Amino acid sequence: MAALFLLALLVGVPLLINATGRTDLYYTLTSVALLSIISAGVWITFYIGRINIGQGAYALIGGYVSAILVTTYGVSFWLTLPLAGLFCASVSVLIGLPILRLRGVYFAMVSLTLTEVARLLALALPITNGARGIVSIPLPGSISLFGIALVPDFATLANPRLAFYIVAILLMALCFVGLRRLAHSRIGQLCQSLQQNEELASSIGVNITYLRVVAYAISSFLGGVGGAMFASISQSIYPSSFTVADSVNFMLNCFLGGLAYVLGPMLGTFVLYFGWDVLFQTGEFQLLIFSTVLIVLILVLPNGLMSLTLPGKRSA
Amino acid sequence: MEQVIANGLYLGAQYALIALGLTLIFALMNVLNFAHGQMYVLGGFVTYSIYGQLKLPFALALVCSGVTLAIIGALMEKFLFRTVIRRSKREESTMLLAAATAFFLDAVILLLFGEKQRGVPKIVSGVFVSDWVILPYDRIVVGVIAILMIAAFVLYMQYSKPGRAMRALAQDRIAAQLMGVKVDRYSMIGFALGAMLAGVVGGLLVSITGVNSGIGGPISIKAFLMVMIGGAGVVGGAIAGGFILGMMESVGLTVLREYGDVTYLVIFALLMVFLSIRPNGLMGKPWG
Repeated sequence: MAALFLLALLVGVPLLINATGRTDLYYTLTSVALLSIISAGVWITFYIGRINIGQGAYALIGGYVSAILVTTYGVSFWLTLPLAGLFCASVSVLIGLPILRLRGVYFAMVSLTLTEVARLLALALPITNGARGIVSIPLPGSISLFGIALVPDFATLANPRLAFYIVAILLMALCFVGLRRLAHSRIGQLCQSLQQNEELASSIGVNITYLRVVAYAISSFLGGVGGAMFASISQSIYPSSFTVADSVNFMLNCFLGGLAYVLGPMLGTFVLYFGWDVLFQTGEFQLLIFSTVLIVLILVLPNGLMSLTLPGKRSA
Repeated sequence: MEQVIANGLYLGAQYALIALGLTLIFALMNVLNFAHGQMYVLGGFVTYSIYGQLKLPFALALVCSGVTLAIIGALMEKFLFRTVIRRSKREESTMLLAAATAFFLDAVILLLFGEKQRGVPKIVSGVFVSDWVILPYDRIVVGVIAILMIAAFVLYMQYSKPGRAMRALAQDRIAAQLMGVKVDRYSMIGFALGAMLAGVVGGLLVSITGVNSGIGGPISIKAFLMVMIGGAGVVGGAIAGGFILGMMESVGLTVLREYGDVTYLVIFALLMVFLSIRPNGLMGKPWG
């Protein structure tokens, strides 16, 4: 099932796009794939019972780490991708240790301000080049193993958009397979116990501090990787690349898809992003219609879109 | 230095009034009202239309701002939040709804009033000058009105029947219900009151700083900061948080001027340290 879906995305969609000539869809779909990776990070923090509205901060940090490494130090983009993730994860451990003690609305509010902090830092630090941002980041280079080119140099490709699309889809697949494994693993079960009652979990010997920091670090790792990919695709990054509105959107993606389902963030991102795009034709009424539809959706389906398609799974 | 303190007090009075509305809604409904900043902006635009364009008295414009927002708040509670709280399995869903209503209000404001910065003529002209402090009279008037409103709000919550009912609700919803408090009715009144406060502050401040459709989000963030400093859901905490943030902003802008635009960065950093020592803010009750 999952393999078929992946095959359809990797082969079917490019064929379809070639047939119809809508090459702009590559960019849209790539964005959806990357945004759903970032939203998947938010979903993990929901899994431990925290409302995370600070994911934009880590996406921004990841983007800057990758951009600085590529432009200033000439590191290969493919190496900066995990490095950006790891950098974000270590930052999140430092920040997470104090703030993960907060709960509910307090954590939500602190994480919201984190996005603002990241933006202000990007404006204030000398290395990030202030409001002008970092522009004309080179496209990803080639990877070769024993002289065989595994990944070609993106700059020499006739259609780098397709290449980015494939990379983004593969990353997304990797992320969601991993997420599924995680959610059903022992750690995943323990995380669910945190979501329900932290004191109880702690009293039967679950190391809650360790677990929630780990979950938050994984979440930030995904945010960093997604942000780094975005910086590379748009070949630029600014302090305003990821703002509070983006952080709120990542959270909305998870909610809309359904918090109880692993694939929730993916579906939520897809619906929100495409809904927004489709409404572009309505001009000035775009935001009005969009938010009205959103409100109605929440009223009708408060437990997410996935609760509609998989009613039987709820009891599991 | 006296000038800095005077500015801080003036800012603090405004901020405290914004935070009061947010914390009231949170205490009663457990809803983090993302749309609070947008309500503020809407209040500002109502006053702008009535006082600035129709040339009616400022006091009337303020009342209209308050009433408009109170009605909007009551409707939002009755038709949106109440329904979602009843139907949803996780209480976080209200947060999604709050974010969506923030988008909605943003869209409405943009459609009705456009994206231009709007200002109104001064309500009182002239500047108060003494040896140690210089303050325009309109700021003094606005500051005093804000402080009077805070006092009125505290007295209302403390001594009136609806105020007592709302405090009971905030303390323990089920117990209050068992004692015969009409939960639905007072939730609605509370939401309307919170929205009204946001609208009135918006109306007050339009006479000084003006208003534009983009400032809703930043105002909400500031309100969250104040509530975090003071402790969520506590009236005293909101007032303290408002004055502390106002004072920090005023002092920060003076002291840190040569380092560029870093005041809020410093405030955020301090907040992180503070919250790791006192996770529930100054006066907040333990959460969860």
